[in-house]
Amino acid sequence: MSNATLTRPTVVTGPSKTAKPGSRLPPGEKSLVASPGTWFVWAGIAAFFIFLFGIVLSVLVDSLGRPWFNTWLPENFTTAWYQQAWTRFNLTHIMGVTLLVAFSVIIISVVIGVPASYVLARSSFPGKNIVTLLFLLPILIPPITYGIPLATVMYNFGLGRTILAVILVNLVPSVPFVIITMTPFIEQINPAIENAARMCGANTRRVFTKILAPLLIPGILAASILVLVRTVGMFDLTFLVSGPNSDTLVVAIYRAMTAAGGGESRQLISAMGVLYTALMLLILIIALRFINPTQLVAQVKEARED
Amino acid sequence: MTVATVTSSRAKSSASLSHRLAERGISTRLLLLVPAVVFALGLFVYPFLYGLGLTFQPLPATQAQWGGGLFANYVAFFKDAFTFDSVWITMRLALPVALFNVLISVPIAFKLRNRFRGKRTLQALLVLPITLGTVLTAQGLLIFAGRQGWLNRFLIETGIIDQPLQLVNNYLGVMFSLIISGFPFAYLLISSYLSGIDPSLEAAARTLGANWKQRFLRVTLPLLAPGLATTFILTFVLAFSVFPSARLVGDASGETRVLALMAYRSFAEQLDYAMASTIAIMMGVVELIVIAVVFLGRSFLYKGSTGGKG
Amino acid sequence: MSLSASAFESLEMKDVGRRFGGRDALVDLNLTIRAGEFIALLGPSGCGKSTALNCLAGLIPLTHGEILIDGKRIDLLPSEKRDFGMVFQNYALFPHLTVERNIAFGLQMRNLPKAEIVRRVAEGLALVKLEEHAKKLPGQLSGGQQQRVAIARAVVLEPRLVLMDEPLSNLDAKLRLEMRAEIRRLHQSLGLTTVYVTHDQEEALSLADRLVVLREGRVQQIGTPEELHKNPVNWHVADFMGYRNLIDVEVESVSGKLARVTGGGLSLDATLAQPAVPGDTVRLAIRPSDLLVASTATSTDGHNTFDALVNVVEYHGREFALGVTTTMGQNLFVQAEVAPLPGEKVTLSVDSARALLYHSDLDAMSSEQRELAEVRG
Repeated sequence: MSNATLTRPTVVTGPSKTAKPGSRLPPGEKSLVASPGTWFVWAGIAAFFIFLFGIVLSVLVDSLGRPWFNTWLPENFTTAWYQQAWTRFNLTHIMGVTLLVAFSVIIISVVIGVPASYVLARSSFPGKNIVTLLFLLPILIPPITYGIPLATVMYNFGLGRTILAVILVNLVPSVPFVIITMTPFIEQINPAIENAARMCGANTRRVFTKILAPLLIPGILAASILVLVRTVGMFDLTFLVSGPNSDTLVVAIYRAMTAAGGGESRQLISAMGVLYTALMLLILIIALRFINPTQLVAQVKEARED
Repeated sequence: MTVATVTSSRAKSSASLSHRLAERGISTRLLLLVPAVVFALGLFVYPFLYGLGLTFQPLPATQAQWGGGLFANYVAFFKDAFTFDSVWITMRLALPVALFNVLISVPIAFKLRNRFRGKRTLQALLVLPITLGTVLTAQGLLIFAGRQGWLNRFLIETGIIDQPLQLVNNYLGVMFSLIISGFPFAYLLISSYLSGIDPSLEAAARTLGANWKQRFLRVTLPLLAPGLATTFILTFVLAFSVFPSARLVGDASGETRVLALMAYRSFAEQLDYAMASTIAIMMGVVELIVIAVVFLGRSFLYKGSTGGKG
Repeated sequence: MSLSASAFESLEMKDVGRRFGGRDALVDLNLTIRAGEFIALLGPSGCGKSTALNCLAGLIPLTHGEILIDGKRIDLLPSEKRDFGMVFQNYALFPHLTVERNIAFGLQMRNLPKAEIVRRVAEGLALVKLEEHAKKLPGQLSGGQQQRVAIARAVVLEPRLVLMDEPLSNLDAKLRLEMRAEIRRLHQSLGLTTVYVTHDQEEALSLADRLVVLREGRVQQIGTPEELHKNPVNWHVADFMGYRNLIDVEVESVSGKLARVTGGGLSLDATLAQPAVPGDTVRLAIRPSDLLVASTATSTDGHNTFDALVNVVEYHGREFALGVTTTMGQNLFVQAEVAPLPGEKVTLSVDSARALLYHSDLDAMSSEQRELAEVRG
């Protein structure tokens, strides 16, 4: 038996994090920090985030500070701006309007859109292409282009500056959105299960309540959240038809920023802005607790074949 | 005898006409479509047509000033330098921004293709501005990039510049705003187009001896190009429709006097509904032209399947 | 499970037809099914078998004809009122309901008392041996398990008719055999009248009491497996029944039921399954197992023999599958117990009773049929 000399095992290190461009790595290994291209990409992302965080933080700090003009940070911090903004702009009313509009739009667009999606997903009929195009157009055309004529019509009907008008105009992009989201969702549901339910003795009503509805609900919830975010954030359309009593939060902020005489106090506006962001975040957090956004795609598991 | 029994025992099913209609897809189920169609016709098609009709009913003042009879609004649109210039002003903003957003998304989407730790967080953060909205972004830019804001302070204190840069209330402000809200959208789209390209295609090119540059130019880019064109169109449409930002962080009477602002001015300040609709519709037309041009270019590209899961 | 094996006496399909998109998907289906029978609808894709099944189920309307149970029309009833159970090709399990709830669904639709439902679901689970998967969702089950749930869901209702639409075609070969035995076992123990659609003749032969062979919407033959096996009515059915050797030959002479035919390198006496006269071109159909490799052990009077060259020899366990070519280049399939070597010359013989002659043209109509077609218009 030979005397096996103990050779020191060579220490193999992974790809060096400071590898210079062009240095040899084992095939297949990608170094995270190497080429100028990577630097460029990370620099670009960094710049983006600097702006993003800078913006958000600026508004936040502004809303919490005593008059703040010449220094890096305000001298004192206070939450007085929030209370002031709340009463000054009647935010209770505005929040109420925003939520009322948003939920009305959701409910109406779901009630109108989901049955339409069902038909589009399951049937073919003469003129289907035209109908599909009809539903796609509001998403393809920018809001102002159809918004101005629409607002004109609203005013002609005496609906100018009403909450009803705000709801109606926000429906125009929302219903197509629901349809576009739900149609592929429904297409993924095996059509045979409706037949299977019938063969088990279910009439149309029960096929809907016991089989279709439970399967549709996750998709409807996901679409609703997206409609909610869009509607709360929608400026162009709402601005065209709203008035002091029917402004949503976004429009109220704009009006405050552009008020005659140089606009309202900047800090008040920042406070409103933070409230707006908080509202959005709240919506998203609640939504993500209940809904998995990826449910819009590949909802129903295909039967595995073994 | 055989013939007689055949005809007598042949009873037609009772669902004859409705059966033939159902064959074509026309059944009571189509009724579910009615509310949506009524909605689309009533709230979209009718107002649009009404607005279109309005454009041919110019105010007497417009007719007097520009002539052209029924087409006075359109004459005014093209001849009034104040109005017509806004087409170029808007283009000057939208085209570079759209190009920039698309082009910068490509290398970033590339680098972020692979899995790495924190990828999900990074993607969530990249998409965050979509929830901020244009108005909030505008307020933030005014503070952050204003003369007293952190950005200028930092640049001055590190000696890069002596005087604060004018980054808001001008063209730059609107540009920043459009990039911040437009980039995540472009990134998402291009990311998904990229993931739709079968990775084994690049692997195959590699085994055939292609280096990084060749793989990109000859395999990936041609497959990605139609997606890039689509993303450009969508980003362009968003940027071209810029409205509040142009007023909030721009110079609404000068550099950033965009079409949307002009339309609004006619609508709400001058109460010239006909002119407002004219501008709105011309906005749509200009966009359509750009889209058509891009689509034309796109049609020369490969549009087939790219093999991936998309 | 105590089942009333005969909830009806007979189900009759009279001149059932369906026309769709300008095409006849199904024409003149006449079939009477007795209680407890297992009927297989067999044919290639597009032959109308699924159409027939869906018409029975009420999922699509008839264009012509009637369906009657014990003399009462049911084709006007909607599917949910027909009291049939159905097993779908892709299982169609309700993805949001557990296995238990899937099986219970039909019972709930009947508004049965809760205790009854629980009892019958348990019986159903035991029947398909899926007790420990009761609380799982369909997405968590394998294909074979999903299929069993689909079957349990259909039979637990004790329907008067069970319809199965190619239930095994999505499973792999081994599982298919196992499930086939399961279905057979279930039919034997429950005695439910079943209509089963398949394109696999082996499946049909092993499961069915009677088969209905369809082609392009029309019934070719209805009969027991033996009948179809022994006496296929045309070459299409023969093809389906495993008569893999189909050779175009010419009739030289006819005497009674036999005819001497030549073609493709062979000259034989064969049986006329359909009438022909000398000079006709007909199709000769022979099963691979009916072609015997002549050796010194077997006596041949040289009567019905021909020579061929062995190309391919496949080992199939108990026998060999040979691919041979005649002197005129006609490829034939032979099933033999001993294997010659590839390249060897062999002499093959066949019993004239097992060599069947058919019209080449499947749609050739007798004068009677032509009359009927004219009346239809």
